[in-house]
Amino acid sequence: MPETPVLSLRGISKRFGAVQALSGFDLEVNAGEVVALVGDNGAGKSTAIKAIAGVNPPDEGVIEWQGRRVSINRPHDAQNLGIATVYQDLALCDNLDVVGNLFLGRELRRFGVLDEVRMEQRSRELLHTLSIRIPSVRIPVASLSGGQRQTVAIARSLVGDPKVVLLDEPTAALGVEQTAEVLDLVERLREHGLGTILISHNMVDVMAVADRIAVLRLGRNNGFFDKRSTSTEEIISAITGATESAVTRRQARIREERQARGEEEP
Amino acid sequence: MNGDRDSGGGPERPAGAPSQEPAPKAVPAVDSRLIVREEGLRGYVGEFRRKMRSGELGSLPVVVAIAVIWTVFGSLDSTFLSAQNLSDLSQQIVGTGMIAVGIVFVLLLGEIDLSVGSVSGLCAAIFAVLNVLNGMNEWLALLVAVAGGAAVGLIHGFFFAKVGVPAFVVTLAGNLFWNGLMLQVLGTSGTVNIPSESIVAKLYSTIFHSPATAYVAAGVGVGLFLLASLQDARRRQAAHVPFRPFGEIVLRTVVIAAIAFVAAYILNQYQGLPLPLLIFLILLVLLDFVLRRTRYGRQIFAVGGNIEGARRAGISVPFVRMSVFTVSGTMAAIGGLFLAGQIQSASQTSGGGNLLMNVIAAAVIGGTSLFGGRGSVWSALLGALVIGSIQSGMNIMGVSNAVQFMITGAVLLAAVVVDSLSRRSQKAAGRA
Ligand SMILES: Nc1ncnc2c1ncn2[C@@H]1O[C@H](COP(=O)(O)OP(=O)(O)OP(=O)(O)O)[C@@H](O)[C@H]1O
Ligand SMILES: [Mg+2]
Repeated sequence: MPETPVLSLRGISKRFGAVQALSGFDLEVNAGEVVALVGDNGAGKSTAIKAIAGVNPPDEGVIEWQGRRVSINRPHDAQNLGIATVYQDLALCDNLDVVGNLFLGRELRRFGVLDEVRMEQRSRELLHTLSIRIPSVRIPVASLSGGQRQTVAIARSLVGDPKVVLLDEPTAALGVEQTAEVLDLVERLREHGLGTILISHNMVDVMAVADRIAVLRLGRNNGFFDKRSTSTEEIISAITGATESAVTRRQARIREERQARGEEEP
Repeated sequence: MNGDRDSGGGPERPAGAPSQEPAPKAVPAVDSRLIVREEGLRGYVGEFRRKMRSGELGSLPVVVAIAVIWTVFGSLDSTFLSAQNLSDLSQQIVGTGMIAVGIVFVLLLGEIDLSVGSVSGLCAAIFAVLNVLNGMNEWLALLVAVAGGAAVGLIHGFFFAKVGVPAFVVTLAGNLFWNGLMLQVLGTSGTVNIPSESIVAKLYSTIFHSPATAYVAAGVGVGLFLLASLQDARRRQAAHVPFRPFGEIVLRTVVIAAIAFVAAYILNQYQGLPLPLLIFLILLVLLDFVLRRTRYGRQIFAVGGNIEGARRAGISVPFVRMSVFTVSGTMAAIGGLFLAGQIQSASQTSGGGNLLMNVIAAAVIGGTSLFGGRGSVWSALLGALVIGSIQSGMNIMGVSNAVQFMITGAVLLAAVVVDSLSRRSQKAAGRA
């Protein structure tokens, strides 16, 4: 592809104590492209997201923003570049109301004072586009349901005109209608020329909206797939490492059988 | 008064909610199952009962406590409710209240500052030694003392936020250290008397004798509240977001006006409006504004609610922590100067005794949660009023210190119990 990717990661490694969560991880996102990042539980997807978002800066590796090498050491750095993130654990402040959470860190001000009216107005519009129903934008998010909280977290990522949006399992807690809205939203992001990284365990959703699919397995890249020329089965076998696990499963079966025989003839 | 103006907290009301919201889709942004408040007085009663059940007690327990304390002491001894005693009380609570404001800031982070007693004593000693013993210009000495409190707070904040020592330990160590430094500063004399014409003594003892002053102050306060409420409602109406109906604004203004003018009337029955009370109230309005209307205040609440969430939102958690402890140290210094002005001396016992307990009790009794993220600076005023009333009443009754300590301790425990229980029912009602 001739254009420079808006975001590119090369050789990202991250270690937590004894766990090498990511090693030599590569990923590229172009403007107007949706890249799905898939992998089993514990594969390192959230770690990759947090490395980009500045929450847990990587130990090694290069992050390039629009072709320029950048260092993202704090969440603030990522925000300034134009990276918005929806975290798997949402990271909302339970004691603040919906408006407070949506604009946390980028409050609208008028004469230096919080402009609650305009923030409330924008909040209602944003939530409307996601067709979320909440009791009020002025109640603490603690009193919202899991899905409502998730929608608030998604809405929050859209507040600051981002160029790249990172969505870590954004639809995990959502109902049918809200999931459809989020997928619509992802498509709208693409139309508006934003780069999107979408993490999901739902292959149907992934195949529905992604342009490319990056598979992560045990902290390493395990293939990049173009949506148009790939089947779901191919991706699933890359996720599970099908060949390898067939071997291990067979060994396990033999071991079991031996044990069973050992118990029958004492 | 308790921080839930601007329709924050409660659900939106159809009374003010415009129905002509731009609706590209048929889905309303607001859930139809929401319990909305009925209009008029019934609506008020209904919402009040719902809030009580779900543990949103706000400042209600403390207002009830003040009413009970005043009724009990008033019926036991009529001098308690005399204009003179209430006027004295309004001066006596200022020192404790100022320090408690700093504690409110720290509690909002879910932390504690155990050093404020010693810091208040240290700063009073700094002023007394610089001004009285060394003849430094009194304003300069005042400034140095307050700056000293800020610096002490910043040091605590540094060890807490940057080094990672628990705030409780840092400030406990500080409590001892600054007490030692105070003894060092006071030197061999032990006690420095502050002359009654000194700025610190006058800040405490000045009273505006003209009755007009108290009424004008009350009028200005009520007027500003009314203007701000109307302005807010007008902007909200124009922006098509829920706003407080006019009738409700009038009602709230009338309640506040009643409190303000009755207080002014009582103060005028004795000598007039005391300067320290006026300073305290102005400071409370300013700091309340900072907490609820500025980005910095929002950051404090965010860190108190979810540290990691605040960090990921780009908030500098170390900055918020250090600044809040600086506020606490500064308020301890200011409170310490008022206390020194009250007794017109700085001595080895300054900032000791049960002062620390009283200021923490004041903040918690006033309704600021020990669990962080919930509270308002007004709790410093209300809590200090409770503590001050109990002490004043028991002094009038001639109750011994031993019993006073036990009663104050019991009241603090009661406040913490109310806080814990209300948090529990807030959780059950999905509001915490
Ligand atoms: N803060 C941390 N401290 C220690 N280990 C961590 C930390 N965060 C992640 N890990 C480890 O890194 C590995 C990858 O975790 P990660 O959260 O990135 O997985 P994931 O792909 O997002 O999984 P899931 O699909 O379950 O969300 C796991 O083995 C996990 O235990
Ligand atoms: Mg994850």
